[in-house]
Amino acid sequence: MAEENKVSLHGFFASPYVRRVELALKFKGIPYEYVEEDLKNKSSLLLKYNPVHKKVPVLVHNGKPIVESLVILEYIDETWKNGPQFLPEDPYKRAQIRFWASFVHQQVFQNMVLILKTDGEAQEKAVKEVSEKLSLLEEGIKSIFPEGIPIIDQENVGLLDIVIVSTFSSYKALKEVLGLELIDLEKTSPLLFSRLKALLELPVVEGALPPHEKVVGALKFMRQNALNSASV
Amino acid sequence: MAEEVLVFGAWGSPFSRRVEMALKLKGIEYKFIEEDLTNKSPSLLKYNPVHKKIPVLVHNGKPVAESLVILEYIDETWKDHPILPKDPYERANARFWAKFIDEKCLSAIFKACWGACWGEEKEHEKAEIEHEKAVKEVSELLQFLENELKEKRYFGGETVGLLDIAANTIGYWLGVFEEASGVELLTREKFPKLCNWANEFVCVTAIKENLPPRDKLIAYFRNRFGAGNASK
Repeated sequence: MAEENKVSLHGFFASPYVRRVELALKFKGIPYEYVEEDLKNKSSLLLKYNPVHKKVPVLVHNGKPIVESLVILEYIDETWKNGPQFLPEDPYKRAQIRFWASFVHQQVFQNMVLILKTDGEAQEKAVKEVSEKLSLLEEGIKSIFPEGIPIIDQENVGLLDIVIVSTFSSYKALKEVLGLELIDLEKTSPLLFSRLKALLELPVVEGALPPHEKVVGALKFMRQNALNSASV
Repeated sequence: MAEEVLVFGAWGSPFSRRVEMALKLKGIEYKFIEEDLTNKSPSLLKYNPVHKKIPVLVHNGKPVAESLVILEYIDETWKDHPILPKDPYERANARFWAKFIDEKCLSAIFKACWGACWGEEKEHEKAEIEHEKAVKEVSELLQFLENELKEKRYFGGETVGLLDIAANTIGYWLGVFEEASGVELLTREKFPKLCNWANEFVCVTAIKENLPPRDKLIAYFRNRFGAGNASK
């Protein structure tokens, strides 16, 4: 008896949180239906599936919704045992990866959003924060792989890799929108940068990222919106 | 087999108490190190250089930080008395609500209890409105938890689980904040299930033994944050 395995994902093309879930599904080779949400006019399905936060991504598996990107990634890893295992077996390594994934998700990304949405002193402050966090992250990556980082391929990609590529893949688009490079990732975070580069070259990742111009357009819109509403 | 488990924490912190509750539930022996948060020890700073916060669990010399990460580490390392269910969907659910409590509830509760500033006479009306808004927000958040409990004895089902432990802020500290600030939030009329749960929760041995003395805690918060929003 074939087991029903219906998977759908409610998302928004420019959201890095949605990107994470898409990458996870693609790395595991899980077929899914994608539903693009208009965030200014959220579908009734989305509001039904995520009444608490009313946000994307929402993964729906056989009618049951799972929300919060990091929670979804662990759910995918625990439910589908084929393909790469996103978390290793060893509890200590798992704890390290969860810690750093949460760090990128909360500490680094929130400040990157601030860099996009502010200017002047507020932006300078956000740039300083991101630089500090990136230094810590660089040390963190070293501590996770004390013997050196293994070569990445589609079979050994992990949870932190997915978070890294989804968070930093719009790096070039951000530079274009701001008109200058506020943080030189290659110089300040060589390990992170080389890992990111290797990830971006994987076919699954290349296929999952939206076109550069579309990302630039979305980021420009977000920046304009934020700066307009900030000015009194 | 020599095993060393250290917990760096603070007597009044729900976060470090969570770690102690989980260890007690599993019958794991540990050494507790009380930190003076105004004068953090070199050990703490060495074990948690990223956030410099408690709690930190140190297992055979290896540090784990962030209370929810620590709870998962404890569950994966010591398999007796599991605190997470086996089913991936239920695990995702527990993780979601634990994050909800940490990311949404605590700050909302604080704002409702101590947020508004009772300044000059003309500020009173504005502060009153802000206060009402904050209380309403807490009410909405607690309603989600009330609904999630359904007919279960504990969030974890028949026995206390990760979500119950994470909800220690709701089960005990919330009552302390209410008494310290004079603001009523977790009322029996509106939240009968949550109130029942809180009563059951604090009676569980492993939990009861790890609750800081109520009067001492109330005095501490009154001292630290003032008499609260209900006073005029």
